[in-house]
Amino acid sequence: MQYSKKEYLDYLNQKSPNSTIVKDMICAFLVGGIICVIGQAFYDLYNKAFGIDEETARTAVSVTMVFLGAFLTGINVYGKIAKYAGAGTLVPITGFANAIVSPAMEFKKEGLVLGLAAKMFVIAGPVLVYGITASAFVGVIYYIIGLMGGSI
Amino acid sequence: MTYLNAFWVGGLICVAAQILIDKTKLTPGRILVAFVVIGVILGGLGIYDKLVEFAGAGATVPIVGFGNVLAKGAIKAVGEKGLLGALLGGAQAAAGGISASIVFGFLIALIFNPKSK
Repeated sequence: MQYSKKEYLDYLNQKSPNSTIVKDMICAFLVGGIICVIGQAFYDLYNKAFGIDEETARTAVSVTMVFLGAFLTGINVYGKIAKYAGAGTLVPITGFANAIVSPAMEFKKEGLVLGLAAKMFVIAGPVLVYGITASAFVGVIYYIIGLMGGSI
Repeated sequence: MTYLNAFWVGGLICVAAQILIDKTKLTPGRILVAFVVIGVILGGLGIYDKLVEFAGAGATVPIVGFGNVLAKGAIKAVGEKGLLGALLGGAQAAAGGISASIVFGFLIALIFNPKSK
């Protein structure tokens, strides 16, 4: 039987009642929250225990979380958590690492250059394109405000 | 207290994305892009740092915090180096995270194989 796209979406909505959505939200909340708490623990370790300055400690936390996300993806653990956690594993920076490693592993068989290396950026590429472009716009706007004598 | 705030703020940011996944047909990739741009905008307006003060890693670990770092880097570099800073600052400030993603991503994908189906 053929469905139009709209009929199919209506059907999906019928089959995924609000209780599923509430469950998804709770899972995303718990897992996302826990990942951030782990990040905070690393921050306190770097900043308070090792005495690294705030900004550097935050970068070190990002690097650590990226490594953990990549490693857990490599050993096929991150994907299993993601099945339940949804956005809880997508939105933290560990999810960014997952979005890099996952397609890279999958397309490794197509070669180390055009397979692995190229596919690393299927999702991460757009994030960097839009993020860095937007930041350049912000910089230009601040420059213009500065020229007009505004305070930065 | 920071841990509690990190937990519920970070959790809520993820819930916002979960609602978008369930209620709209936005793909995860688009949501990541949207969240990073939201972070750049909130960082550009100087709002996001207040959330970072309050929630610590609850605000910096979500990808929105990555956008905030990009925006703050661009603003700082424009103050120091003029217009060229708009191109230098963002990537410079986020260099650690970006390079870590590339290096670790490459090595891990090289070493490990996807689960055989």
